[in-house]
Amino acid sequence: MGLERVESVLGRGIVVRGDNIDTDTIIPARFMKTVTFDGLEEHAFADVRRDPEGRPKGHPFDSPRFAGASILVVNRNFGCGSSREHAPQALGRWGIRAIVGESFAEIFFGNCIALGIPGVTAPRDDVYRLMDAVELDPDQPLELDLATRTLRFRGGTLSIEIPDWALGQLLEGTWDATRTLLVARDAIEETALRLPYLTGF
Amino acid sequence: MGKPLLDKVWDLHTVRELPSGHAQLFIGLHLIHEVTSPQAFQSLRESGLTVLAPEQTFATVDHIVPTDLRARPLADPLAEQMFQALERSCEEFGIELFHLGSGDQGIVHVVGPELGLTQPGMTIACGDSHTSTHGAFGAIAFGVGTTQVRDLLASQCLAMQRPRVRRIRVTGELPRGVYAKDVILHIIRTLGVKGGVGFAYEYGGPVVERFSMEERMTLCNMSIEGGARVGYVNPDETTFEYLRGRRFAPHDGAYDRAVAWWKSIASDPDAGYADQVELDGGAIAPTVTWGTNPGQAIGVDERIPRFEELEEEDHSAAEQAFAYMDLHPGEPIEGTRIDVAFIGSCTNGRLSDLREAARVVHGRRVAPGVRALVVPGSDSVKREAEAEGLHEVFVAAGFQWREPGCSMCLAMNPDKLVGREVCASSSNRNFRGRQGSPMGRTLLMSPVMVAAAAVEGRVADVRKLFS
Ligand code: SF4
Repeated sequence: MGLERVESVLGRGIVVRGDNIDTDTIIPARFMKTVTFDGLEEHAFADVRRDPEGRPKGHPFDSPRFAGASILVVNRNFGCGSSREHAPQALGRWGIRAIVGESFAEIFFGNCIALGIPGVTAPRDDVYRLMDAVELDPDQPLELDLATRTLRFRGGTLSIEIPDWALGQLLEGTWDATRTLLVARDAIEETALRLPYLTGF
Repeated sequence: MGKPLLDKVWDLHTVRELPSGHAQLFIGLHLIHEVTSPQAFQSLRESGLTVLAPEQTFATVDHIVPTDLRARPLADPLAEQMFQALERSCEEFGIELFHLGSGDQGIVHVVGPELGLTQPGMTIACGDSHTSTHGAFGAIAFGVGTTQVRDLLASQCLAMQRPRVRRIRVTGELPRGVYAKDVILHIIRTLGVKGGVGFAYEYGGPVVERFSMEERMTLCNMSIEGGARVGYVNPDETTFEYLRGRRFAPHDGAYDRAVAWWKSIASDPDAGYADQVELDGGAIAPTVTWGTNPGQAIGVDERIPRFEELEEEDHSAAEQAFAYMDLHPGEPIEGTRIDVAFIGSCTNGRLSDLREAARVVHGRRVAPGVRALVVPGSDSVKREAEAEGLHEVFVAAGFQWREPGCSMCLAMNPDKLVGREVCASSSNRNFRGRQGSPMGRTLLMSPVMVAAAAVEGRVADVRKLFS
């Protein structure tokens, strides 16, 4: 559980278009029937990747052009739906290290940060521009620099947004909250002692 | 200016402010189930940590339990593996587990309230987004991811950002045939599936004040579908009466002291809110979804919207939904054929839901070709329903009467849609593939509307069946 700072992500892009892509699409519930997260990557987007007979439908996650990509580019309200962390886990294990989109669902976003996967946003036009560029030339390197809130690609440099709290945790390496929370053991105890429902009213 | 309940409860539970600007929030009650906890326990062990407050942590099994044959080992080896993982963890760390056969098993958001674990003024978290249900009691309750389940197990705390509070008042009187489910679907339809992001929804107004606890739970349950992670109702006499005598609720002298404290944490009359919305309850109709998110909903007597009636930004989602659902703009939703009828889930699997549905079903038959099932939310719901003879009404009409669990709400157990089946469902999500078939289609509605659809074989206006 060693903490690392996430300052930048360098890699190739992969584009998954569409608004309101929910967590059931990212990882259908039937694949959550496991006691570990191992192997979830194989089922990312399972139901939109294959037809009922199991034949690939040409989803970007199956396209050789995007193999090895690490920066996912998406549209609006990505990750809406459930709190299942299996969704960012599946993406992370597939190799995604950062997500660029128009907007994210709140819990999904928090789950991403808790795994050290930055989710960053940009205006619709910029995201479209980036999507077009990556689809045209998937081999180009993208560079997400969190400190300067920029994303460089062959077509130029976009300014991106990320909430300060998330940025702080990534840059400081405190995105793994458990250790941070446990530092305050005494204060936790004091808080519990002032709660009427824990002290018998 | 006074404070809303959220701020009072939040301040009381704040351990400290974190460098990130989040609050370190103490959680009074942590509920766990078999699906989102195994990885958290695993990671806890791997990092040499332990459970800080096992006595504030309670477990049940609900998501993957079969609702018919429950002999161990379970027929599905993966499900059995998850069961064993939870059993091992609960034993190892001293956590009470409401297991199969205990008489207290059921959906986590049904069990917590009925045992009196859920109380006003608490902070409550669970690795399930419908934890907002517990807000019905004036608790601040929200769903978390597995990483946060680990945080919680280890520290009984979460790093959280304080939401702003939007007060939603529902005024007037609900027409006959209109229930809490219709109210929340109407709210989501009106404010949008993203409208609540960053907000806690405080529900109030005459309609909500008259609601029973079970109706308030239905309302708060789907806050998350409107983007609000937290939804709550201020505690009042209805709340206090509900809690009286429940196993984990305070008893005797402690109960009276508790009531005094519960009253004190309700929102002040002059509380300030970030936003206020008022809706006329009298204008709400029995509501049905036509699309693939819960905001794509209309009154049963309305027509499916045409593009020109939708906001520009909703066009692409609507277009995809029409194609997936095979429904067409401008057509009525009433009369849409269904294959499956599902009454259950943490939204609508409580006693009052089953009672109301049974009233519609009584003396009628499930339409030929429709598979209909009732899955009580908990052992206790099942027991009470059977004591009233509700199961006989359902069975006589051709419904299957099952054991408690999440069942077809997310279909992680054997209850699933097949192929392109259309399901009239009392659950909370109509996402693609949600009910177990990648191509299955879900129409969300209230339990009485599901009952009406079951007997008619198509989406029907329940108001016409209540004669
Ligand atoms: S009934 Fe559905 S929404 Fe409720 S806890 Fe179970 S799976 Fe989640």
